[in-house]
Amino acid sequence: MSTSTAGAGAGNWTARLRARTLEAVPPGQLLPDEQPAYVASWIYVFGVATLAALIVVLLSGALIALGGPSWWHTNALGHFLNSLHLWSVELFFFFMVIHLWGKFFMAAWRGRRALTWMTGAITFLVSIATAFTGYLVQTNVDSQWIASEAKDGINATGAGAFWNVLDVGQMLLWHIALLPLAVGVIVVLHVILVRVRGVVPPIGIADDGTPESVAPQGGSR
Amino acid sequence: MTAAAFRGRQRRPARPPAGRWHGPMRPYDLAKEFTVALVVVALLTAALAVLFSSPDEKNVTLQQWATADRNDFVATATGELAGTTTSAGYGAPYNTNGDGQSIGPLKLQKWAGIGTPVDPPNDFVVTPLSTISGNSALTDALHRWKGAAADQQTTWASAYADALGKAPDGDPAKVTASPDFGPVPVMTDALAQLASAGQLDSQLVDSSTGFFQTNYTKPLLFLGDSGYLDDFAAGQHLHGNQWGMMNETGNYPGQAWLWLYTFWYQLPGFTDANSTLGANADAIIWALMMVLSLLLILVPFIPGLRSIPKLVPVYKLVWRDYYRGHRA
Repeated sequence: MSTSTAGAGAGNWTARLRARTLEAVPPGQLLPDEQPAYVASWIYVFGVATLAALIVVLLSGALIALGGPSWWHTNALGHFLNSLHLWSVELFFFFMVIHLWGKFFMAAWRGRRALTWMTGAITFLVSIATAFTGYLVQTNVDSQWIASEAKDGINATGAGAFWNVLDVGQMLLWHIALLPLAVGVIVVLHVILVRVRGVVPPIGIADDGTPESVAPQGGSR
Repeated sequence: MTAAAFRGRQRRPARPPAGRWHGPMRPYDLAKEFTVALVVVALLTAALAVLFSSPDEKNVTLQQWATADRNDFVATATGELAGTTTSAGYGAPYNTNGDGQSIGPLKLQKWAGIGTPVDPPNDFVVTPLSTISGNSALTDALHRWKGAAADQQTTWASAYADALGKAPDGDPAKVTASPDFGPVPVMTDALAQLASAGQLDSQLVDSSTGFFQTNYTKPLLFLGDSGYLDDFAAGQHLHGNQWGMMNETGNYPGQAWLWLYTFWYQLPGFTDANSTLGANADAIIWALMMVLSLLLILVPFIPGLRSIPKLVPVYKLVWRDYYRGHRA
């Protein structure tokens, strides 16, 4: 019986998936120990800082979730966790906006990296929705006022018929389950694309390190 | 490289796959960088939390409202009966009492239909009062209200609302009794008593699902109609024309990332509720933000927009070391 090739036939989905994966992300590219020489600027710090802040956001949010939506109002530890959650969100957006503007001015969509840019921009927008629902489920006067005001904007789009910002139960599930899941999936996709496509080279330089003679636009992938 | 080449429309020659850099490399430790970033950000977060804490202004209850500002409570309840409050004339997704906002011929709000039915006079006033027993004056008042035609109900409530508006401080006790008010004074007084006792808060929460309740649409709409919550919000700089959509109570950054969305609400055209622009401000601003969001996502494909980085030499600052080393 052949042991080494028994499962590696042309019809083997696992073998084909492995081959495709290795082709897209060769060993060493997913977790690199070296980078192109041009990756040497303070601006690169903000991408990883955004990811780090996201981890703190998720952890602090998970710790608050252990006690439910309202316990932190009357518990000192809970209030501290809420403060951690708030400030990690503020830092997350601060880092992300600088990262986003940095990538814009680096025209980081060049060299077939348009999808990397698009997933980053979508992450920013979905994160706004996630943070917004967080403000709605604080169960304090901020929640009451923000929900009361925001309903008019949501209702004006027609979405209010299905997405009721005055229903704290619906908003809580969106805030702690659906939207974080969406952010997480898109961020993972974004990071994989960064690793697969690589960090965009300086404007005027092609991926092979030679001076670029033609348009470094986004492309369709 | 020329600007034309940057924008370029020429056919691209074959290149190695993106991400396969063939130029000079430098050592890099991804795991170490991420770990350091995580520790630094965690410590920074903890420092900010210790130094500045977080806002947590206690929520407002209907009981608190009716107790602290009974005059406003009675005026709001009367407005619900008269059909003059925001909720009473809102339209979709709560009722059919208004057309809602539109963008020209696009009436998305109306077309989406009624998602959460709310009938303000009955849901906020009449139905809660119907649960009270042992008050013969109220029973008679409710019987009279329910037996009257809609026009008569509106006439009574409007007359009482006018009288409250003219009374000193809007105090119901200073309104001279009149048969023109019908049963409205008895009803609104009983509702204020019910709310002051703390019994209205739970009654307005959606009970259609039985024991468990999470939908606060009705109490929030009723509270939103009040001057009480509105005055509180104005004092906290939370109004729409005070950049309120991005603020929160206290001196905290709030949702600073909503600055562009909030910005439109400060412009004169949108602040005039009597103009077409102002009356449909939410719908128009949302449409505007959707277009801008789409532009942000599609920057790589938009001629002109995608060329801005070439014209603004921030990239020369980012890659100055590389350019300096490869000038030759």
